Amino acid sequence: MTDFLNDWGLTAITFVPLAGALVMMLIPRDKEGTHKQISLGASLLALALGVVLLFDFDYGSAGTLQYVTDEKWIEVINSRYILGLDGMSLPLIALTVLVMPLVFIYSLNHIPEPGNGKAFLILMLILETGMIGTFVAQDLILFFVFFEVVLLPMFFMIAVWGGPNRRYASLKFFLFTLFGSAVMLLGFLALFFLSKDATTGELLRTFDMRVLTDAAGAGIVRSSQLLIFGAMFLGFGIKVPLFPFHTWLPDAHTEAPTQGSVILAAILLKLGTYGFIRIAIPMLPEAAEAWAPWIGLVAVIGIIYGALGCLAQTDMKRLIAFSSVAHMGFVMLGIATLTDFGINAAIFGMVAHGLITGMLFFVAGSVKERYHTLEIGRLGGMLVQAPHLGWILGFITMASLGLPGLAGFWGEFPAILATYQPANGLPEETFRTFMVIAAVGTVLAAGYLLWLLQRTAMGEPSEEFADDPNITDVTRIEWIAWTPLLALILVFGVAPGLIFEITDPAVIESLNNCLQLPAGCEGVAEATQAAFGG
Amino acid sequence: MLALLAQQVPDFVRPDIDWHAAAPELTLLAFGALVTLMDIVWLEKGRKVTAIVASIGLLATMVPIVTLAVDGADRAMFDGAFVVDDYALIMKAVFVLAGYVVILLSTNYIAEGDYWENEYYGLLLSSILGMILMASARDLITIFVALELLSIPAYMLATWRKRDLKSNEAGMKYYLMGVFASSIMLYGMSLLYGGSGSTLLTDINESVSGPGDPSAVVVLGIIFVIVGFAFKVSAVPFHTWAPDTYEGAPTPVTAFLSVASKAAGFVALMNMLFVGFFGRDDVYEPVIWILAALSMTVGNLIALRQTNMVRMLAYSGVAQAGYMLAPLAVASDVPDSALAATVGYLVIYAAMNLGAFAVVIAVARKTRTAEIDDYRGLFQWAPGLTVAMTVFLFALAGIPPLGGWWAKFRIMGAVIEANTTAGVVMGIFVAVNSVIALYYYARVGVKMWAEPAPEGDTAPVRIPVSIASALVLTAGATIAFGVLPGLVGEVTKVSLLAGVGG
Repeated sequence: MTDFLNDWGLTAITFVPLAGALVMMLIPRDKEGTHKQISLGASLLALALGVVLLFDFDYGSAGTLQYVTDEKWIEVINSRYILGLDGMSLPLIALTVLVMPLVFIYSLNHIPEPGNGKAFLILMLILETGMIGTFVAQDLILFFVFFEVVLLPMFFMIAVWGGPNRRYASLKFFLFTLFGSAVMLLGFLALFFLSKDATTGELLRTFDMRVLTDAAGAGIVRSSQLLIFGAMFLGFGIKVPLFPFHTWLPDAHTEAPTQGSVILAAILLKLGTYGFIRIAIPMLPEAAEAWAPWIGLVAVIGIIYGALGCLAQTDMKRLIAFSSVAHMGFVMLGIATLTDFGINAAIFGMVAHGLITGMLFFVAGSVKERYHTLEIGRLGGMLVQAPHLGWILGFITMASLGLPGLAGFWGEFPAILATYQPANGLPEETFRTFMVIAAVGTVLAAGYLLWLLQRTAMGEPSEEFADDPNITDVTRIEWIAWTPLLALILVFGVAPGLIFEITDPAVIESLNNCLQLPAGCEGVAEATQAAFGG
Repeated sequence: MLALLAQQVPDFVRPDIDWHAAAPELTLLAFGALVTLMDIVWLEKGRKVTAIVASIGLLATMVPIVTLAVDGADRAMFDGAFVVDDYALIMKAVFVLAGYVVILLSTNYIAEGDYWENEYYGLLLSSILGMILMASARDLITIFVALELLSIPAYMLATWRKRDLKSNEAGMKYYLMGVFASSIMLYGMSLLYGGSGSTLLTDINESVSGPGDPSAVVVLGIIFVIVGFAFKVSAVPFHTWAPDTYEGAPTPVTAFLSVASKAAGFVALMNMLFVGFFGRDDVYEPVIWILAALSMTVGNLIALRQTNMVRMLAYSGVAQAGYMLAPLAVASDVPDSALAATVGYLVIYAAMNLGAFAVVIAVARKTRTAEIDDYRGLFQWAPGLTVAMTVFLFALAGIPPLGGWWAKFRIMGAVIEANTTAGVVMGIFVAVNSVIALYYYARVGVKMWAEPAPEGDTAPVRIPVSIASALVLTAGATIAFGVLPGLVGEVTKVSLLAGVGG
């Protein structure tokens, strides 16, 4: 068993969904029930593998890559098929393999118009392979391929199964992200051709992320480092999305079918932030230090701009989309501090945002299904008509605004705290200013989320929907799909150490190579454990 | 009279002929002659078999190509005017296989359209003969003969739908532009010959390169030759014939022109640059750089506005020529990478572009047009064709894991590897253009998948076996090249520089 995991574990978890998709291609379109079963089965298999990996993972050395597979792939450019798993990617893979089966469960009776469940489910399975692959790839070219594999399925999910303005939204999504990744690829290539070994000074000519992280930009002149980091900043930043590249996100979210929105919010956005902490910062620490204040700046602009954007929305889905911009701003702010503490907070923020915002989009989808509108002004009184749905919405808005005791808090609060004391060499005054602005952002977040809750869930049902028989409470399928997410939001809120303990060694490992940590910020896990007596 | 001539060349010695090296050309020549003879002898009775004989001829031509590749030794004849090396063999294989796919696409089209069939295949084979000859040509005369051999049949093929004015226009335009380009090129060649006293590319390289500024004759000669081939590969600003010719010509011929003929132009250009002008990079690199940047930008921008699929693919082909030219603009800094990048692009481009035209032909069997609006709702009546077209279009756009990403990746790799300002700027051009191009490819994708079929007409279309097999071949290759790029990467590890000075 251990042998299998060591040699094949990561390959299996990555390609199980794709294998399911290939099987489905051979089955005729009209057997939709079979397609639903196969897709759910494939994602459950990936989940099972994920659980096995979670138990088998050596937490004592979460800072080193485990289950490493290293096979030849494209010899002519010295790019290899390298997979590996450490504490930084483990939470994100766990998130992916958990959310996907829930989406497939939800799809059991929610295939959006215009139908054709076969193609819809196949696209989601391909998407899952792309996302898991991105989180385990340890070779830049392999990473790039997986990073791009997610584009086509998401494009078609929005373009075919989306809302009325789907064509515009899907093309915008596709063009924005492709632009980013094309420039990013130039950066990868420059890294390939310029990187030198830190001690011997020989040209490395490798895409191996482990080697490039060890080299940490040695031998590349500062101006080139800054440019290469800029190229990656564009690629990952558009995916996150950072202000001012965020404009594709509200459109894509609003038009995407529920499943698409959930996947987009819960997992896809994390590919960008993951790229920053896995590739851009460890490989080019010197440039990261120069860019950090600017990343911090666009992050806080995103926080405030996203929040103000939320306050101006009349559509529930669009509001949630803008709240994503704000929340990802907190994540990026944590990353911009370049501290162990900040980056741990960022990873926690990614997981928390994945659970919470994914859940919000599920609820939005169910509201749309019942009311056939997401116009906030027309909704109301959900607590009266569908009490469970209303309470769930209440619960996740509380989580989303960062109520202590729920997962959202541990993404935002430590990120703000880390900004007080950024890594050595970063301007403290600037970051403390960012801290104050970000804190204002949390107040705004509370404002728009409570406002949303008040107008949709509280009060009396509007006349329009008062006697509508379509408005039912949470169905069984929805309970099955949602309960794990709701439970985890609570669990991680009470015991954040569960994630911090895994991520901390890996973050320290990747930062140790390149940055000196400011005193007093090491060991988040111990700190939180001490605080919570865990 | 004859005796007098014989006296003047008393000691003529027949040069050594390496029959193995010449076997691909001779095989194809034999089959081309056979097809023509069958037409003369059997007349209309030959119609049933000529396509089969022609395709057997192409497959038979593959045999010596493979044996030469297995043998692996570089061979040269006629003082180095005719060279068989890995590079030449790969390009010959591309031409022959592309020709085979074109025949698969042609059989129904030509037969059902009631056009002349026997001559069609004879001309096709003779054009392919010119191409495989071009791959080995390292001498001005050989290059010119090969070029005319591949071009003149193509002029006629373009007018094959003789009852259609558009087809006549296509052929006429192609002919006039082609002849014009040939004459410019020939003038350039004469200048080069005048300057160096030899037609062999290696001799020309010795005479044009060297320290110091080039003479005006050399500069003019190089630029004229490049311009001549720029017509052939439809690089901006010499691309104007391409959209009209592509639209008017029979679609299988368009596929042939856009893939094989363009590749032949590139082969000739690479022979010239790497063997003939290599030491004169200060002259050819700026010219190629400008052609590349213009081609990709202008081609993509005009493609955005097209409403006809074939015209869109024509402008996309112009842009793709720009990508293929890009590494040649840094050829002197990273010769091997640049050559491998362009050759690799040609290989992958052949698969994906032929595939796209195969879908166009299959769809037109029902719609009778190639308007992009007729692709609306294609998924409802031809899901298989839709998936195939999606694969080809997004491969052309360069989205992993479909073949095109590797092609573009090598291009970017070569220009970045050069580590010069010109190279990096070219890299940014390629990146930005990939995004522009995605718009028009993805727009077709949306139309096929997400829009209702015009007038709700969802009657299925019957796809003949030959087109179906062409689709399977090209789609399989497109996906395989993307997932296992090592396939292309290994075979395109070629070098042309071995010839320099030797």
